[in-house]
Amino acid sequence: MAIARVIVELKPGVLDPQGEAIKNSLHALGYEEVKKVRVGKFITLEVEGNDLKEIEERVKEMADKLLANVVIEKFSVQVEG
Amino acid sequence: MAKWREMGLTDEEYRRIVEYLDREPNEVELGMCAVMWSEHCSYKSSKIHLKKLPTKGPAVVQGPGENAGVVDIGDGLGIAFKIESHNHPSAIEPYQGAATGVGGIIRDIFAMGARPIALLDSLRFGKLDSPRVRHLFTGVVAGIAGYGNCIGIPTVAGDVYFQESYAENPLVNAMCVGIVELSKLKKGVASGVGNPVLLVGATTGRDGIHGATFASEELSRDGEDKRPSVQVGDPFMEKLLLEACLEALEYGHIVGMQDLGAAGLTSSSSEMAARGKSGIRLYLDRVPLREEGMTPYEIMLSESQERMLLVVEKGYEDEIIKIFKKWDLNAVVVGEITAGEEIEVFFGGECVAKLPYRLLTEEAPVYDRPYQVPEIKNLQSVNPAGVDCGEALRRLLQNPNIARRDYVYEQYDHQVGVNTVVKPGYSDAAVLRIKGTKKGIAVKTDGNGRYVYFNPREGAKRAVLEAALNLAVTGARPLGLTNCLNFGNPEKPEIMGQFVEVIAGMKDACEILNIPVTGGNVSFYNETGEKAIYPTPVIGMVGLIDDLETGLIPMAFQTEGDLIYLLGEPTGELGQSEFLKEFFGDVLVPVPPVDLQEGKKIIDLLPLLKKQGLINSAHDVSDGGLAVSLCEAAFAGELGVNIDFITSLLPQEMLFSEKVGLVIVSVSPEKANEFEEIVKASGVAVTKLGRVNGNDEIEICLNGQRVIKEKLSELKALYEGGLRWALK
Amino acid sequence: MRFGVVVFPGSNCDADCFHVLKNVFGRETVYIWHKDDSFDVDCIVLPGGFSYGDYLRAGAIARFSPVMKKVVEFSEAGGLVIGICNGFQILLEAGLLPGAMLRNKSINFRCHDVYLRVENNETPFTNKALKGQVLKIPIAHGEGNYYCEPDTLKRLIANGQVVFRYCNSRGEVTEDANPNGSLYNIAGIINEKGNVLGMMPHPERCSEKILGGEDGRVIWESIIAYLERGANRG
Repeated sequence: MAIARVIVELKPGVLDPQGEAIKNSLHALGYEEVKKVRVGKFITLEVEGNDLKEIEERVKEMADKLLANVVIEKFSVQVEG
Repeated sequence: MAKWREMGLTDEEYRRIVEYLDREPNEVELGMCAVMWSEHCSYKSSKIHLKKLPTKGPAVVQGPGENAGVVDIGDGLGIAFKIESHNHPSAIEPYQGAATGVGGIIRDIFAMGARPIALLDSLRFGKLDSPRVRHLFTGVVAGIAGYGNCIGIPTVAGDVYFQESYAENPLVNAMCVGIVELSKLKKGVASGVGNPVLLVGATTGRDGIHGATFASEELSRDGEDKRPSVQVGDPFMEKLLLEACLEALEYGHIVGMQDLGAAGLTSSSSEMAARGKSGIRLYLDRVPLREEGMTPYEIMLSESQERMLLVVEKGYEDEIIKIFKKWDLNAVVVGEITAGEEIEVFFGGECVAKLPYRLLTEEAPVYDRPYQVPEIKNLQSVNPAGVDCGEALRRLLQNPNIARRDYVYEQYDHQVGVNTVVKPGYSDAAVLRIKGTKKGIAVKTDGNGRYVYFNPREGAKRAVLEAALNLAVTGARPLGLTNCLNFGNPEKPEIMGQFVEVIAGMKDACEILNIPVTGGNVSFYNETGEKAIYPTPVIGMVGLIDDLETGLIPMAFQTEGDLIYLLGEPTGELGQSEFLKEFFGDVLVPVPPVDLQEGKKIIDLLPLLKKQGLINSAHDVSDGGLAVSLCEAAFAGELGVNIDFITSLLPQEMLFSEKVGLVIVSVSPEKANEFEEIVKASGVAVTKLGRVNGNDEIEICLNGQRVIKEKLSELKALYEGGLRWALK
Repeated sequence: MRFGVVVFPGSNCDADCFHVLKNVFGRETVYIWHKDDSFDVDCIVLPGGFSYGDYLRAGAIARFSPVMKKVVEFSEAGGLVIGICNGFQILLEAGLLPGAMLRNKSINFRCHDVYLRVENNETPFTNKALKGQVLKIPIAHGEGNYYCEPDTLKRLIANGQVVFRYCNSRGEVTEDANPNGSLYNIAGIINEKGNVLGMMPHPERCSEKILGGEDGRVIWESIIAYLERGANRG
């Protein structure tokens, strides 16, 4: 059994209204040092199998097909045994 | 600490359980008793008083005691409706608290076999200058939107007030309205020995264990530690559950149905058993679980959302399960109806609880708690003559308690279902058409706690009359009401005194206005530290318009040149008005009397006037008084007004008193004589105020003196901006 | 002429579209279940709602329903497909239309009337409208902020694929009139072939006088007129 972690983020340049709202809110709380906020998704998968390389390839395929919308999002995959 | 005390039972209550069983209950049984005997489930402090309310009427098909009340609207159709509080969870986690409140009340409606067609929400918060209050307010509104929009039931009306007394204890009362063919009405009954009991919908987890007990305590300052008691809603799951349950009901062979709300499987099984006078045997090993290692105690008390309990005719369970599978939902036979009177719970082959349903339902304690009727204290007086009327009007229009509520209702999908004929913001109540008929229903919630706090009895009458008038100005005839009674700690005599007085006021109002109570909910313990909320009876009301084509009255002024009249007798008291609060603060001056007899006449008169084509618009006078009401009708029609009449009252009293029971109507000049004759014949006081103009102008003269002259567009901008500015 | 309204788990405007087509326009209309893999209709409606709870992304899961394979085939064969609100989001996720939806610029869900300007009236969905006509139609969404790559936008404009743009009541396309921050004030687009339309506003909510507006009718009337002219059955 392996754990695959997929991080999905908006591509740079794509407007992130949620991130903007969070940034404004942090500023209102006094955290002026925050310069940029981008909101993404963190997805954890428990995957059967031992071949980490193959699992990574399969999870990338899943991310490309379903977990991310590559028109607006990019993703990265980490796999641990 | 003794176990029963940790679960919220008193020593005396524990003693009664032991005496009834003639043995000590085990832990599972004790937990079941504790939740069912909690204030939230048992209504132990309110029961004897609620009985005083009138519950019968020609339109009532189902009164209190079921999942929801039902009124008959003809054509074989009924309207099922109910309101319920979700105050405590919303104070801890506003988004999920409000969302699950909406989810719970929707299940109560479709449990009756009705298709939900509208949601309403009555909300109370502290003042918006506090960041915490803004967090609660925006979270609650987002939670209601998140749930209602997703499930696809329009949120069409409601009310919102911001008053200091709710700073720590916000109120979130959700109402749902559904439509049912009366021949297909269902009840939450368990009967027929051997019939299978099905648990359908979501899996069961550890969320919300002892939620009912939590709602029966005051919030402690560290209430945030109780976070695990708050459930997370899944509107998508509920949408599937709604469709599957209605499909199963259409298929037939369902004996009874009930949602799993507060106290979960314990309350649904014991209440269904009590209504059907049957026993129920449950096998907990069969319950689909979300988490491993759950104990029978946890399974019986879980308040996981989006679950229903069904009793099905034996032999049809497979077909019913098929329907739920079609919707990708769990549906499992978890037990059966028995000949006894007991709820028997099995787990791992052993009987882990065996309690008579009576102990959990009708044997729950009933208290006649000591009460002290609040005195109307020394009244003060103020001199409003120095306040500039134009300035007062400008300030009131942008007051968050008066300003346009589009920030709230534009976050709600209020049109899904294509029935919303009068949308939020366009009248005093929302109106929905009933497809396939000429009919429409009007719905509204109301209840201004400030008036109730200063005089509980009169304040309660005011709440009922105001809700009824809100319906009547759309042309509707009120059919029935549901209520959500929000109070502080009933163990304090002064709080119980408020409650007793409110019931007395509601009783008077319901009897005189002839509007029966079909159900409701009581929420006590809305207090933190020594601070209780304003006693707040929220009235949810449903009315009928026989023919929308001829009977629907708009709020907006329609035509330049129309004459404007006031129905009802203005009396000018400024007590507890927003004007008083704005310019003089919390002072005790007399409140306007609530004239139920005149109110009744006006409620009867309005649909009649419309049918005869004598009025073109109607709007009641409410928060902010006459001047604000005139503006609202003017804004909606984008037409100005020239007001000029004689009064013995001070201009400030005439324009800003919030006497309930006054209605402004507009009339075509050629119909004026006929209109005046009919109104006078009905015994209702009538005053000609002025006329509608086509200019960008709100002008008000009293006794020949001009007291207000403002640009309509400027006032409208204040009215539209007020709530958003307060949020910044 | 037969319309098919697809029902995904979580669709909630399915019954509204069905009602308008069947009871207001008197056209034969059927529901198509998301697990169905065949249908016999002339126009497919992908209705609004929250298919699969909008979990992951609006429309992301619905596009993998069995019925969507057939919808793709149907559209490739020239069949008419209209996706409204969540239906538009599904069409984007399925790749039947280019681009993607972002959260509204204001973050909040928004439900109110908007004005749309008809940019292209030479489509099966707008042939009864005038070019430049202003329609008042309600929106109800939290993710209607249309986005695409600059090259895609250029292509959409050049091909006349932008069918509706948000405007004010006078028909002027302004930033204030844009309720969600969508690129180029886009409210609705069509595919290159011209038989698949996606739009965020809800024409089914303003197709009857009693509901306060009838500007949505022109879209249904256009489809009916197009089909009546005897276009191929998909």
